[in-house]
Amino acid sequence: MDATIADTLIEVHACRQSYHKEASADLLVLDNVELTLREGEIVGLLGRSGSGKSTLLRIIAGLLRPTAGDVRWRGRPLTGPVPGIAMVFQSFALFPWLTVAENVELGLEAQGVARAERKKRAEEAIDLIGLGGYESAYPKELSGGMRQRVGLARALVVHPDLLLMDEPFSALDVLTAETLRTDLIDLWSERKLPLKSILMVTHNIEEAVLMCDRILVFSSNPGRVAHELRVPFAHPRNRLDPAFRQMVDDIYAVMTRRAPSLATPGTVAAQAPEVTINTKLHAVSTNVLAGLMETLAAPPYDGRADLPALAAALQLEADELLPFGETLQLLHFAEFEEGDIRLTEGGRAFVQADTDDRKRHFAEALRQHVPLASAIRRTLDERWNHRASSVRFLDELEDHMSPEYAEETLHAVISWGRYGELYAYDEEAAQFFLEAEAVDATG
Amino acid sequence: MSSTLTPAAMAYRRLPNIWDVAAFVAVLGMLAAVAAAARGTVMPIAALQAGGSIHLDPAYLPGYALRTTMRMFAALVASLLFTFTYATWAAKSRRAARVLIPILDILQSVPILGFLSFTVAFFLHLFPGNVLGLELAAIFAIFTSQAWNMAFSFYQSLTTLPADLEEACRGFRLTGWQRFWRLEVPFAMPGLVWNTMLSMSGGWFFVVASEAITLGNKTWQLPGVGAYVAKALEERDIGAVFWAIGAMLLVILAYDQLLFRPLVAWSAKFRVETTASATAEDPWMLAMLRRTALLRRGGEELSHFLGFITGLPLRFPRRRRAEARSPASTRLGDIVFGAVVAAVVAFALWRTVSFVAQTLHWSDLLRAVLLGFITLARVIVLITLASLVWVPVGVWLGLRPAWSRRVQPLAQFLAAFPANLLFPPFVVVIVTFHLNPDIFLTPLMILGTQWYILFNVVAGAAAFPGDLQEVAKNLRVGGLLWWRRVIFPGILPYFVTGALTASGGSWNAAIVAEVASWGDTKLAAHGLGAYIAQATEAGDFHKIVLGVIVMSAFVVTFNRLLWRPLYDYASRRTVLG
Repeated sequence: MDATIADTLIEVHACRQSYHKEASADLLVLDNVELTLREGEIVGLLGRSGSGKSTLLRIIAGLLRPTAGDVRWRGRPLTGPVPGIAMVFQSFALFPWLTVAENVELGLEAQGVARAERKKRAEEAIDLIGLGGYESAYPKELSGGMRQRVGLARALVVHPDLLLMDEPFSALDVLTAETLRTDLIDLWSERKLPLKSILMVTHNIEEAVLMCDRILVFSSNPGRVAHELRVPFAHPRNRLDPAFRQMVDDIYAVMTRRAPSLATPGTVAAQAPEVTINTKLHAVSTNVLAGLMETLAAPPYDGRADLPALAAALQLEADELLPFGETLQLLHFAEFEEGDIRLTEGGRAFVQADTDDRKRHFAEALRQHVPLASAIRRTLDERWNHRASSVRFLDELEDHMSPEYAEETLHAVISWGRYGELYAYDEEAAQFFLEAEAVDATG
Repeated sequence: MSSTLTPAAMAYRRLPNIWDVAAFVAVLGMLAAVAAAARGTVMPIAALQAGGSIHLDPAYLPGYALRTTMRMFAALVASLLFTFTYATWAAKSRRAARVLIPILDILQSVPILGFLSFTVAFFLHLFPGNVLGLELAAIFAIFTSQAWNMAFSFYQSLTTLPADLEEACRGFRLTGWQRFWRLEVPFAMPGLVWNTMLSMSGGWFFVVASEAITLGNKTWQLPGVGAYVAKALEERDIGAVFWAIGAMLLVILAYDQLLFRPLVAWSAKFRVETTASATAEDPWMLAMLRRTALLRRGGEELSHFLGFITGLPLRFPRRRRAEARSPASTRLGDIVFGAVVAAVVAFALWRTVSFVAQTLHWSDLLRAVLLGFITLARVIVLITLASLVWVPVGVWLGLRPAWSRRVQPLAQFLAAFPANLLFPPFVVVIVTFHLNPDIFLTPLMILGTQWYILFNVVAGAAAFPGDLQEVAKNLRVGGLLWWRRVIFPGILPYFVTGALTASGGSWNAAIVAEVASWGDTKLAAHGLGAYIAQATEAGDFHKIVLGVIVMSAFVVTFNRLLWRPLYDYASRRTVLG
């Protein structure tokens, strides 16, 4: 379909979403986002958790109002939920006390549609989505895949022009998700869906390439559209097609690049990121880090792995694998290179060490490369009783990130410090402290 | 139903203290105002024929029981209406919640039983010379024992609505009315039903107490089981007392079987859970309702009708959304609101102090506080003793599923039984053997409330993970070590819940348990409860207000300093992840 003559459904212009933090600068969730959605296309918002893609979806759904910027639905400013937009939720969001039919009818009921008409349309939607026979079942009697079909039917029954999907398949197992994706794409291709366009949020790269006509790749912190790609393949698409694989590879490379170089794709060198005391950390278990390094060091990878292949082998999605890799990179145990991950000398040394030496390597990496961890240790060394409240560190973090992120960062630094025996933590008192032997070592 | 929900008040986050203080003062100011209004009106009203209308013939009992039951129903309806409005308001307005929720919390701690006389006087004043006033007073007393707890539960549900369901409602543009009935009420239903069932026990206690009120030299009696017992006490008729106990047993059993068991089972359908859990068999009443064709047909028609009503696209007047307002105007609003609250609180404080200070001196306050400490000592000793008895029993029962299934309904039933009906036999023993009332009236305070400890401990032990039991056995952990390291920490949150409920109930019970009478013989223990009861009998409103203030302060302090931190600790430490 020719994009220039097609009708424009949604226009998002200079959209900013910040969340207000008292006594300090606002924290940006979305920064300067532009998006235009036309009839006849499936568009994917692809990015890591925390890149603001779900926030953008909620802004378009009218559930959230942006801090700044302009959102237009069919040329008119969007001020709240409108009848032409329906949403499918990651968690399905089905009402457990309503049957399948009652759940599907809910939106019609809100519109004041008469009962007979409601029944008829719900029946049609339920049949279309392959749920015939389940009308009187309660959601808890259904499997995950069936539940998401109810979610789809409930959205389709109001005959929206635009369907929004928030990671619709991520709560499903691999096989179920694939069936549902294929069914949806088939219905779309055969023009059986009462829809003009679909906008979906995903963190699954293959899913985006499989389903979408256009993909917007988001960068994190704050969320920006880092990259826009057109997917030229016709439906049905073949995951094993070399061109398909190449596109997945390219997107991995885009997603592991540093923020500054994103503006000019193609000319990328992995530079050391600037890590400060207020850098957000991923709460990744040290067991996972050690396991990942061991996997990388062993055959067939021998120190270097292609990210999509590694993700597939470990049965992880990009969204799950990347935080692990980034944490290794932060600790200088590994490096990203053009969609690959490579173990450094430090990483190899860690893998070869025994338990106690590993802890020493890890503690050293923390001191050198994680400013927050070294700051905590320094504070403890300076205190006469070698105790320090975690609250002050948390407060400091919250000036630079959302409370959830601050919480996660603190959690990470507690767990890593414990593993490296850099310091200990008393959960009841919410205090960091030094064990007696650690004090002796410094003294 | 094996789970024991925590009392609604415990589960919500800790309150900012300044609002607590404000609420405390405001509530007491309100009560003092009612007392002041009631004082002048009480005397001119002709007393209902004191005791004359109550007959001790057991043949009258079914009629009395019916009257008592109807009062319970009326109070239940009133409590529901209050819950739906008050809690909804608190949940929808940030500012309202700051005041409404601490008020609710304080009201839960105030021994309303001490104020029974005022409320009776107040309602009699509203309907002079009419039995309706007396009926309303009784219903109000029951209401006060249920409404706070139910409103708390509802408020808590409204503030923890699943975010995705909420978004779905907004996305499909449900109106406020539709949202209330499609999302909010169903989501709150399991907690509300369970809390309602638990608060019924308080209701039975209050209905018995409120049917026979003595104030000054006047006595009012409303036909009902409570008045029947009061009359029996006056006439020294122990046989009649046992008849009343029997009648009450049957009434509570009927309530439990015909109303609450089916309701609890039915409300399970509203629980938000991802998997279909093993469902217990329907109680016979619910099964009957579900399987009888005629009843089912009627039910369908009714639900169609209700579905139509609750689905009407009614809109509530919309308030501007919070995010649309500027921070500056919000702050200004907060300041104005804070100032208004401060003014109201200051006025309430002034009213209360000036009312109490009319005739009382500091020495009266000192005396009340001293008596408060005596009652406190009683409560502590009783809770300790009851724990020493019921924790081991509860653990033993709870670890044996066959037993706990049978014992649990019985313990809940015993908790619901109004203990004040059981007082007379004890009193007879004390009078006959000339026992010291200071010691032997004491156990009456915990007669009805000890069961909370039992059934919570049973629930806790029943929920204790099987693998942890196996580990303990495997490592041959036994004796005291097993109690200290394994089972006691495992049941701690449940035990704290039970002990807290029991202690709250005991304070309230002190008002009726520290004094007793048998015909002309009057017994009184030293304590704050007796102080309030005697002041009530003497019609001394100033002393009643003082006594209730001191008791409320004791209960609130006790809760804040001991139970809540203990509960926080227990739930923090004994939950994995």
